[in-house]
Amino acid sequence: MDPGVEEDLTPDAITVADTPWVTVVWNDPVNLMSYVSYVFTKYFGYSKRKAEKLMLEVHEDGRSAVSSGSREEMERDVQAMHEYGLWATLQKSE
Amino acid sequence: MAGFVRHRRSKQIIATFSAFEADLLRSLAAQLIELLHNEAAVPARDDDPLAALFDFAGPTEEPEDPVLARLLPNAYRGDAEAAGEFRRYTEGALRDSKSRAAGSMIEALEQAGLPQEPGPEEITLDVELDHEDAQVWMRSFTDLRLALATRLGVEEGDEEYWESLPDEDPRAQAHHIYEWLGFLQETLVQAVSGRR
Repeated sequence: MDPGVEEDLTPDAITVADTPWVTVVWNDPVNLMSYVSYVFTKYFGYSKRKAEKLMLEVHEDGRSAVSSGSREEMERDVQAMHEYGLWATLQKSE
Repeated sequence: MAGFVRHRRSKQIIATFSAFEADLLRSLAAQLIELLHNEAAVPARDDDPLAALFDFAGPTEEPEDPVLARLLPNAYRGDAEAAGEFRRYTEGALRDSKSRAAGSMIEALEQAGLPQEPGPEEITLDVELDHEDAQVWMRSFTDLRLALATRLGVEEGDEEYWESLPDEDPRAQAHHIYEWLGFLQETLVQAVSGRR
């Protein structure tokens, strides 16, 4: 348990101003909730709590911004999500 | 069929399959590989044959097959040009990695003793995966489930519809396979996370 990581759990904190691009994961009827959480912990190194929060956002809101950074970084993240079979896109942070 | 568990001492992820189940997995994985290579990742041909020969870039259009479109989705929404550029440089690699994952699943099943043509004799196979193999299997189960779900038109909360179909309906049978893959996937995620 890393309390330092657990603090910034809100989507606003993820899409901070100087990181203009975000990776968005979209809900699909196929991927298991446990698998989606697992991918977020495994690939992004997020805590279990943060990964589950993001997974629930995807499930309940239909989408969640799961990472932010430069356009190149987000293209890498999107490609990785596609390798895991998650439906992901990148866009400029709103 | 008990799904995957993590061996307490060795930490290996293990599962036992009947030859029938293993053969089914192999055949699904083989179909996925064929599909990934089928609608070729070839760019539009240039009129200049020499230029075409040296055009190593990938396709820029979303695949027509709905399964491939789901496995290889657009990375940008509402920006066809950016989506096309991204696809040109990544789709080939994505196809290869998915195809390799399915191939290594087939290889592991055959190494565990799955014969080329399973006969009538009852055999079971013990599959043993290390942490890295388990990641590969997870990704492949996901691709297989996405492929089946797309073909079947699976939607959120439609379980009752599938249960209402008569058993002899081929769609019901395909949906059983889809659910079985979901069960395998769930136990695999739990096992890798140390919860089984």
